[in-house]
Amino acid sequence: MSGPSLQLQLPWIGPLPPIAWPLVWGFAGVLALLTAGAIAAWLMPRLRPGKDHTELRQRVNSWWVMVALISIALALGWQATLVLFAAVSFLALREYLSLAPAHREDRLVILASYLVVPISYGWIAINEYGIYLVFIPVYVFLTAPFLMAIAGQTRNYLQRAASFHWGQIACVYSIGFIVFLMRTPAGEPMPAGPAGLVFLLLVATEANDVAQYVWGKLFGRHKILPTVSPNKTWEGFLGGWVTTAALIWFIGPIFAPLAGLNLAIMAVVLPVAGFAGDVTMSAVKRDIGVKDTSHLIPGHGGILDRIDSLTFTAPLYFHLMTFFALHR
Amino acid sequence: MNWARLVFLTLLARPTARFLTGVDVIGREHLPTAGPAIIAANHASHVDTLLLLTIFPARLMGRLRPAAAADYFLRGPVIGWFSRNLVGIVPIERHAAKSPDGGHEDVLAPAREALAAGDIVIIFPEGTRGPGDDELGPMKSGVARLAASFPEAPVTPIWIEGAGRVLPKGAFLPAPMNCTVLAGAPIAWTGDRNTFLEALRKRLLELRQNAPPQRWLASDRPPDPPPSSAAGGPSAR
Repeated sequence: MSGPSLQLQLPWIGPLPPIAWPLVWGFAGVLALLTAGAIAAWLMPRLRPGKDHTELRQRVNSWWVMVALISIALALGWQATLVLFAAVSFLALREYLSLAPAHREDRLVILASYLVVPISYGWIAINEYGIYLVFIPVYVFLTAPFLMAIAGQTRNYLQRAASFHWGQIACVYSIGFIVFLMRTPAGEPMPAGPAGLVFLLLVATEANDVAQYVWGKLFGRHKILPTVSPNKTWEGFLGGWVTTAALIWFIGPIFAPLAGLNLAIMAVVLPVAGFAGDVTMSAVKRDIGVKDTSHLIPGHGGILDRIDSLTFTAPLYFHLMTFFALHR
Repeated sequence: MNWARLVFLTLLARPTARFLTGVDVIGREHLPTAGPAIIAANHASHVDTLLLLTIFPARLMGRLRPAAAADYFLRGPVIGWFSRNLVGIVPIERHAAKSPDGGHEDVLAPAREALAAGDIVIIFPEGTRGPGDDELGPMKSGVARLAASFPEAPVTPIWIEGAGRVLPKGAFLPAPMNCTVLAGAPIAWTGDRNTFLEALRKRLLELRQNAPPQRWLASDRPPDPPPSSAAGGPSAR
């Protein structure tokens, strides 16, 4: 890692991996935003009494928990980050498999599906990138329908096999790339270390969600996909796009080896991917007939509701970064 | 309160329930906050009991008493100790409903005692675990008789969605799948067993309507006949 860094020492555990100063300032910025959110959640019921502001308060409170978990994991290093996102994948997969259309006989393939989480994250732990790339898209893809055939129920067989595989890619495969960022070789130029790469991805993705929501609330007039997501508007999409692109353009070089054309490509493409992930999950929820995938995160809904954009941005961000590194 | 039970419920049962089911509760405001009270829930799995024992605050945990079949839950010394002391069951003698002289033995006596002591009795009116397809089977009259003798105890209807998939009857290995516990407004004793049971059934089915689709697809339609056998075969004549 280049540049100065913060070295923390924990009792029992010993020295932590060095934390780059930009990351410390980055998290300070996030904490400042959260504090502003908490003040807003405290002020709103006083300024506009009579309306129900519970959801805003719950939303902000949940953000505190999520930011705390992520910052602790990133500070502790790749192992803790792996455990955190493996847990996220498990919870997302459990939510998805509980709502996906399935027959009684699918209990076997559902039980086996959970094994994919430790095995897939296991490849990350032993740094087997090549095997990781083919494990879910090829071998889980082949094995799950075989288990379904053994179980013997052939009604809606193809639809069920396809929907199980969609869940594995969205909940496990895509999310795993976040952890693979933490395993970037130390020789690569990284202004804020591997954790800086993860930080930029998460901040840009979540900022995009928030910016789209705020632009849509303030100026939303023209519905963009009324049959899938009636609350989404062109104004929200475009406003969020420009806002997030500007954010990536200005803070991107602080946290990731991005400059010039590469930075511009990332700034333009990532917000669109976030929107696509959001809309895709909306279509899935509409098909199943639920508004939220669970009530795990107060004010947000289920974990799938929270990571919907990430299922698209994480692999794209990872692959763009890899491409830029190979063609430097 | 029994310390072993509190430790068991908070440190083992509650994390297990979270891991296996996610424990989503809708209508938490309808749950009783003090005894005596009756909880009437659908039954598809042992996970139902696990969920109902762990959605209450620790303050009320010691008051929760699931009514359970004595022939099943007291069938050995180890299971019996576990059922009595950790699960906290009130035993119901399912097969002793009629004594030889033709009179009725009061099989609900332990449940009445628990209510009299100010406990929250959990009762599964179907009397046994159903086939796990989240249908509501025929209900027995025990819940009505209990409500009749304690008209001041609110009867809270609870629909549990998805538990039959986590651990269906006969399965050994639980499969983690999200479940939803839906609590409805308490039902008052109507003064008549049949109308009370009807009201309870109606309320449970309303709760089921609001549950997310955490259930298996119906597979009751017979499979389509193979297309080749119909044309020209013996059956075509």
